[in-house]
Amino acid sequence: MSNFDFDIVWQNLPYLFLVGLRFTLTLTVLAALGGVILGTLLAILRQSGGPVLSGFVAGYVNLVRALPLVLVIFWFYFLVPYVGQWVTGSPRPIQVGGFASALITFIVFEAAYFSEIMRAGIASIPRGQSSAGQALGLTHAQVMRYVVLPQVFRIMLPVLLTQTIVLFQDTSLVYVLSITDFLGAASKIAERDGRLVEMYTFAALVYFVLSFAASRGVQRLRARYAVPR
Amino acid sequence: MSAVIQIENVDKWYNPAVQVLRNVSLTVSRGEVVVVCGPSGSGKSTLIKCVNALEPIQHGRIVVDGEDLGGKGVNLPRLRARVGMVFQHFELFPHMRVLDNLCLAQCKVLGRSRQEAESRALVLLDRVGLTAHAAKFPGQLSGGQQQRVAIARALAMDPVVMLFDEATSALDPEMVSEVLDVMVGLAQSGMTMMVVTHEMGFAGKVANRVVFMDQGEVVEDAPSKQFFEGAGSERARQFLSKILTY
Ligand SMILES: Nc1ncnc2c1ncn2[C@@H]1O[C@H](COP(=O)(O)OP(=O)(O)OP(=O)(O)O)[C@@H](O)[C@H]1O
Ligand SMILES: [Mg+2]
Repeated sequence: MSNFDFDIVWQNLPYLFLVGLRFTLTLTVLAALGGVILGTLLAILRQSGGPVLSGFVAGYVNLVRALPLVLVIFWFYFLVPYVGQWVTGSPRPIQVGGFASALITFIVFEAAYFSEIMRAGIASIPRGQSSAGQALGLTHAQVMRYVVLPQVFRIMLPVLLTQTIVLFQDTSLVYVLSITDFLGAASKIAERDGRLVEMYTFAALVYFVLSFAASRGVQRLRARYAVPR
Repeated sequence: MSAVIQIENVDKWYNPAVQVLRNVSLTVSRGEVVVVCGPSGSGKSTLIKCVNALEPIQHGRIVVDGEDLGGKGVNLPRLRARVGMVFQHFELFPHMRVLDNLCLAQCKVLGRSRQEAESRALVLLDRVGLTAHAAKFPGQLSGGQQQRVAIARALAMDPVVMLFDEATSALDPEMVSEVLDVMVGLAQSGMTMMVVTHEMGFAGKVANRVVFMDQGEVVEDAPSKQFFEGAGSERARQFLSKILTY
């Protein structure tokens, strides 16, 4: 233990947090927002989009859930430039950079999980609520928007946030793209200065503390935001 | 007297094996209060949902306030907004305050301003005796209070007719009368009403007609006085004796 040198951590704190963790948190927040929005749309399509659309969504969800995330990250990184080329009709593949590619990957990937959460939430709202909304003259879309989804978000908020904590940890997989997220930053220093044990221990500690604090926060929210029935 | 609800030869199946409504015809005229009763499973709730087009029918015709529900290009949300509906389990929106429950559809469907909607809401909350609870959430109210809010919410849309589906049968006994009082007051104010209920006291007090249904059919449709003095059909008599004995 004597030759452990945790000074290396203090010396590199600005880089670790301001560059690495900032990237990780930005990616987590944007991917969670995008994933929840896309996931909600998918859940609505699956529930009331007719047989073709809902079959398509079911297929999508099952496909995504059957693929390892690392693979999708990689695959997207190489694929997105060609999709961009195809969409814009440009003569060359469009380089989007690691951040954009990772963000799109996580949104697309997490949407499948979020859509399952939202679907369960929508199914948990009694049918009478929709009937009551419709009886008042609200359209299907208005019933979703004002009656069903607000209740679903309240009920499912803890689950959505818990999934976001998983997402936060999963973002570390972008290391395969040599991106400087938090883990990437730690690992770069570790390699450069030959301080693998110290840096990886510190990284683990940070992931643990943040995840743990966030789950405690979720538990408090669960109590506070329960829908009074 | 003009008809507000016209139900003509309606058949309905939930699935091909089970016919829930059989050749049902029924008219509710303006200002009339019609009570619909019958044993469990006889199709009362289904009939009332069909009147609001919450359930489709397979045969026949339903005309509400002059508009055919099955007509081409009929705007169902607009039509439903003119038909108030009160459910057995209240179905207030639990995430909204009482006042917001009353304002939502006024604003989104009728296009009233928030201010207009609120003042209309407060008039109706006053009418059902709940002004003091405007800022509460439904979960903070008793069952009877919630049902009165639900009635006020439906009235806030200025409907031409009110439908009630067993509005008091999910309530604790001591709360039934506060809701029935509101319904009686409404009937006496001239509101057109179609009321599914087993509260024969209510029927005797304000109903113009009583309709008795059994197994998806209208078995009897008589002025209420006549119905209670001696229901014509054996089935209706048996039903009445059962619910009146207890
Ligand atoms: N959504 C549905 N799908 C299939 N069958 C249904 C559905 N709703 C009702 N039914 C059936 O239709 C029949 C009539 O039901 P309905 O609820 O209209 O009766 P009701 O007269 O209101 O009975 P109750 O007094 O118990 O409320 C019943 O046999 C019921 O099982
Ligand atoms: Mg019923």
